[in-house]
Amino acid sequence: MRREPPRSAADYAPIVFPGVMLLVFFVIPFSIMFAVSFFRRNPAGFYSPDFVFDNYARFLTPFFGTVLGFSLLLAILVAIICVAVSVPFTVLLARASRRAQTLWLVALLSVLSLSEVIIGFSWSTLLSRTAGITNLFVAIGLMEEPRALLPGFGAVLTGMVYQALPYTILILYPAIVRLDPTLMEAARTLGASPVRAFFNVVVPAMRNTIVATLIMVFVFALGSYLLPQILGRPRHWTLSVLITDQAILQSNMPFAAAMAVFLVLISLALVGLTVMAGGRRDAS
Amino acid sequence: MSGLELRDVTKRFGTFTAVDSINLDVPDGTFVCLLGPSGCGKTTLLRMIAGLEEPSEGFILIDGADMTPVPTHKRNLGMVFQSLALFPHLNVGENIAYPLRIRGVDAARQKARVDELLELIHLPGYAERGISQLSGGQRQRVAIARALALSPKLFLLDEPLSALDAKLREAMQVELRQLQQQLGITTIVVTHDQREAMTMADLVVVMGEARIRQAAAPVEIYRQPADAFVADFIGSTNLLDFAADSTGRIEVLGGAIAGLEAPDGLGQGRISIRPEDVHLVAPGEGHDGTVTFVRDLGGTIETFVDVGGSTIVAVTTPRDRTGIKAGDKVGVVFPPEACVVLAR
Repeated sequence: MRREPPRSAADYAPIVFPGVMLLVFFVIPFSIMFAVSFFRRNPAGFYSPDFVFDNYARFLTPFFGTVLGFSLLLAILVAIICVAVSVPFTVLLARASRRAQTLWLVALLSVLSLSEVIIGFSWSTLLSRTAGITNLFVAIGLMEEPRALLPGFGAVLTGMVYQALPYTILILYPAIVRLDPTLMEAARTLGASPVRAFFNVVVPAMRNTIVATLIMVFVFALGSYLLPQILGRPRHWTLSVLITDQAILQSNMPFAAAMAVFLVLISLALVGLTVMAGGRRDAS
Repeated sequence: MSGLELRDVTKRFGTFTAVDSINLDVPDGTFVCLLGPSGCGKTTLLRMIAGLEEPSEGFILIDGADMTPVPTHKRNLGMVFQSLALFPHLNVGENIAYPLRIRGVDAARQKARVDELLELIHLPGYAERGISQLSGGQRQRVAIARALALSPKLFLLDEPLSALDAKLREAMQVELRQLQQQLGITTIVVTHDQREAMTMADLVVVMGEARIRQAAAPVEIYRQPADAFVADFIGSTNLLDFAADSTGRIEVLGGAIAGLEAPDGLGQGRISIRPEDVHLVAPGEGHDGTVTFVRDLGGTIETFVDVGGSTIVAVTTPRDRTGIKAGDKVGVVFPPEACVVLAR
């Protein structure tokens, strides 16, 4: 395909529509939110225009610091687990027959179509004491008596990994399918065991894809606010939960907006750091 | 026996038999070409020798030891893939040193071996180059050096030269043969190019439809093809149906060939005669024919002659340029010593 630089105003026409959509549905709402984060809360009504830093100052407390730290940690953990599970899975999937690949991908897509609410309640049933998976373990003699596996950190992590996994696999799949299968075979003929060949060849060859996937899953997991509430205790609530709580239940829009802006900045900083780290290793 | 032995090696994919009970002995230091049309099972056979595919039946022995259950990474072999499979994230030196790194060879000895190999493939000082900075021929050499880094027992190449242009390919064929003779390593190359096989091999193994059709020295394959498939696949040939009487007298295209006898009991079959062995003489001698087309290629002249409905190709050099042109009547002579009698 030939790429020529656009010459006249008409050449820019194809980007007008996405540009307008981005402006109307992203830039403008985000700007409003950014402005609102400096407004003053009006306990009687909603908020009144102002320019104060109270909202930002308010979460410079250990409580919000802990929540922010927990949210980031959870999202990073989800991203790492998802990628660690998905890369080997997708490599194996890419080697399966066409038919098996289609079946798996359709199954994954159908998981992706489930809403967060359904996923949350399904897991809460599955991990419950009365109807949960532990009853099965008791039946096959692995456990003495059924036990509740929620609420807890493990349950939140499981639910979020489950939700993000199909997404991760679908991002990795196109890149891994294009990976030359003889690279692995070559490593094996040169004396590497299959596991070693995977880490020596597939992982480095896929590094950029893996980094990009980590970032996408991290951002995806950061926005999760239902699963921590359904599957976790209040101390497992993420910043997204608090934002929702402030915005909808406490009617404190300025504070919610400030938290949201802060979360966006922190995520951007983390993504930037990851990209820079990746870029530096590329240059070396 | 030392060397490679294949015993009844068979590979089936479902109901399809890709490789059908192959038996072959390859003495140490032999250069073997597996030659055949695409889909004849030659690559599958090579992959089974490498351990990348498991045989459905049969055994693969190296120096008398059964290698069939041994995984690829413990077979001590070097393989060059059609795609070359150079690791894109490593530079030339790191690619070549990869098998040494796996074995835990110390850095100084790795470097010494890499330099030695780069010397061998005529690319000294290329260790720091990226793979993407190399030309096709250079990548080819790096893939060869990497496969040879551990001085393997067996050197396998799967259509190694198919990505190169014709000129470079011919030069690499000679180079590969010289390299193999220098190192004395048992080498198996898969190719569909018969010129390549003739240039490099000690032993040419012609495969067709999952079986070995003939395994012999290149000249023997050319001069004494075992069957019509081999005769037709190696070079070009004239294949003519014949009928023989009880005394073994052979008759082709309505005329006898004096001095050529069919083996006992072979009533009919085919004769293979190479175009350069066909003599064109004055009309009246030999079989009568009419020239239909003359292709003058400068170095050689191909003359197409219609003899009783069959087209015979004769090749001559410009030195004995006969001045024959399309429409001329000629006599066609098949010298009996150049004819190979093949069963149907």
